[in-house]
Amino acid sequence: MSKPATFDVARIRQDFPILTQTVRGKPLVFLDSAASAQKPRVVIDAMRNAMETQYANIHRGLHWMSERTTEAYEAVRDAIAVLMNASDRHEIVLTQSVTGSLNLMAHSYGRGVLQPGQAVVISGMEHHSNIVPWQMLRDERGIELRVAPITDAGELDLAGFEALFADGKVGLVSITHMSNVLGSVTPAERIVQIAHAHGAKVLFDGSQAVVHRRIDVQALGCDFYAWTGHKLYGPTGIGVLWGRRELLERMPPFLGGGDMISSVSYEKSTWAEVPHKFEAGTPPILEGIGLKAAIDYVQSIGYDAIAEHERALVDRALAKLSAIEGVTIIGRAQDRGGVVSFTLDKAHAHDVATLLDRQGIAVRAGHHCAEPLMRRLNLDSTARASFGIYTTLEEIDVLADALTRVREFFK
Amino acid sequence: MAVDTPVDSFDDLRDLYQEVILDRGRKPRYGQRLEAFDATAKGDNPMCGDRVQVWVKYAEDGRIAATGFDARGCAISIASADLMAETVQGRDKSDTRALFAAFREMARTGVCPHCEAGLADPMQKLAPLSGVHDYPSRVKCATLPWHALIAALDGTKEASSE
Repeated sequence: MSKPATFDVARIRQDFPILTQTVRGKPLVFLDSAASAQKPRVVIDAMRNAMETQYANIHRGLHWMSERTTEAYEAVRDAIAVLMNASDRHEIVLTQSVTGSLNLMAHSYGRGVLQPGQAVVISGMEHHSNIVPWQMLRDERGIELRVAPITDAGELDLAGFEALFADGKVGLVSITHMSNVLGSVTPAERIVQIAHAHGAKVLFDGSQAVVHRRIDVQALGCDFYAWTGHKLYGPTGIGVLWGRRELLERMPPFLGGGDMISSVSYEKSTWAEVPHKFEAGTPPILEGIGLKAAIDYVQSIGYDAIAEHERALVDRALAKLSAIEGVTIIGRAQDRGGVVSFTLDKAHAHDVATLLDRQGIAVRAGHHCAEPLMRRLNLDSTARASFGIYTTLEEIDVLADALTRVREFFK
Repeated sequence: MAVDTPVDSFDDLRDLYQEVILDRGRKPRYGQRLEAFDATAKGDNPMCGDRVQVWVKYAEDGRIAATGFDARGCAISIASADLMAETVQGRDKSDTRALFAAFREMARTGVCPHCEAGLADPMQKLAPLSGVHDYPSRVKCATLPWHALIAALDGTKEASSE
C-alpha cells in the first residue's frame, strides 16, 4: 500500500470542504486535529445519503430499509477488522467513544475479571479518560492503580514500568499508544512482552496512534485496543474496542438493554454473543456508516504515505518552532506522531492560542485533559499544534511566523 | 506578510490585548499576598487550570481598604485581577457586588451597562477588558478573580468561575 508518490496534499485538501473557510478574515489554518479531525466530503456524503435514501433502525427490522441500513452499518465492523488486522470481526465492539470503550473495560473487565487485590497499570502521560475510570474501579473494588513513570523527554521509563510487576499483582496494563500532549509513541511491543511475561493483559488507548500509523493488533500481540472515530476523519459518537474473543467472552455485559440480549424474561435474561453483548440499545448507526467511509478514505491514501507526510510536518514544526526565541518544545520523544506541544516564555498558553486565533490559526491550549502529566512536567498548560493529512508545510511556516509576532507583541 | 515589515503595528492583535492589559498582565501592581488581611478566598477554573487567591483588608467602616492577589493564569486573568484590586479600593460590599454585576455584563456583551450612571468612573477603568466578549472561552478568565473576591466578601473559601 506504499504510495507516497501519489500523496498530493493539495488534492487531499479539496476533499475537505471546511478548509476553504476563513476565520477572522484569514484563511483557516487548522492545527487542532488531535482534538478532533475535519471530515472529508465522502464521510459527509455517506451519512447524508444514508439519511436521504435508506435510513431505518437496524438488526431485526424485517423490511427493506432496515436490511439495507443493517448491511451498511455492519460493514464498518469489517472495515475496522481489516484496518486493525483483527482476525475475527466479532472481536470489534462498537461504542460511543474511546471514553465509552475504556469505561466498558473498567466496568466489565475491571469488575468482572480482575479481582480485588490485583493492580492496573497506567502511565504518567494518560488522558483523563484512561485515568478516571480506573480510579473509580480502585475506589469501588479495591483494585490498585499504579502509574508507570515517564522520562523528562516524555518517553515511557521502561525500567520503572517493569518494576511495577515485581509483586505479581498486576492484572491489566491500560496505556496510551501515543500521547495526546507530547506526541510520544509508546513502545507497544515491549510493553506487551513485559506485561505478558508477568501474566498481565494489555489494553492500548490508540485514539491518537490510529490516526498516524497502521495498527496491527496481531503483530502488537496486545489483548485489547481502543480508539475513537472522530479523530480518524470520521464522525463523533462512535468508538471502537477490539478485544481477543476469548477474553471478551469471559467479560460480563456493561450496559443492559435492547440488542445485547439473547432472550429476556422477568426471571432471567441471557446475553447475545460477542460483540453484541456489549452493544446495548440503538447503536450509532449513521456514525458507523460515516466511519466506514472515513476508513475507506484513509486506506485509499495509505498509512505509509500518511506517516511520511506527517514526519515531514513534525520535522518542520520542531525545526521552525525551536528556532523562535522563547519557545520551548515540550516532549522530545524519539518516536513521535503529529502532535507538538510548546510553551512561550513571555505569554501564557491561553494568550498564545487567542493571539494565534486572531491570525486564523486554530491550536489548543490548556492541560489537554492530562493534568497529572502537566504536574509531572511542572507546567500549568501548553499550547499544542496537531496535524492531519490535510496539513501543509506552508501552514507550519504560517504558525511559526505568527508565533514570532506573538512573542514580539508580548515582549 | 507583516512579519517582514520593519515596524509591526500589531493592529490585528490589539482589540483584546490593549496596552493596559499587556502592562498589567506583565507587571501587576496588586499581585501580592496581604500581610494583614480580614478575608481571603480562592478561585479555580478547572476547565483551563487558572487559579487565583484574593486577600482583602477592611477599613473600620467596612469598606475595602486593601486588596492583594496571587494568580496563576493568562494575561487576561492577571490584568483583570489587578484592575479589580485597584477599582474596589474604598468601596463597601454592596458597591463591590454592583460593580461585579456590571463588569460581568460588560464581559459577556461588550457593552458597559452603567457607564452613563453612577458606576461611570470604575467601569471606565475596567473597560479595556470588554474585548473578551468576542471570545466566549476567555470571559471566565476575566471574571474568575471577581468570583474569588466576592467569595472572600461572603466569607466562603472557594469560588469557581463555572
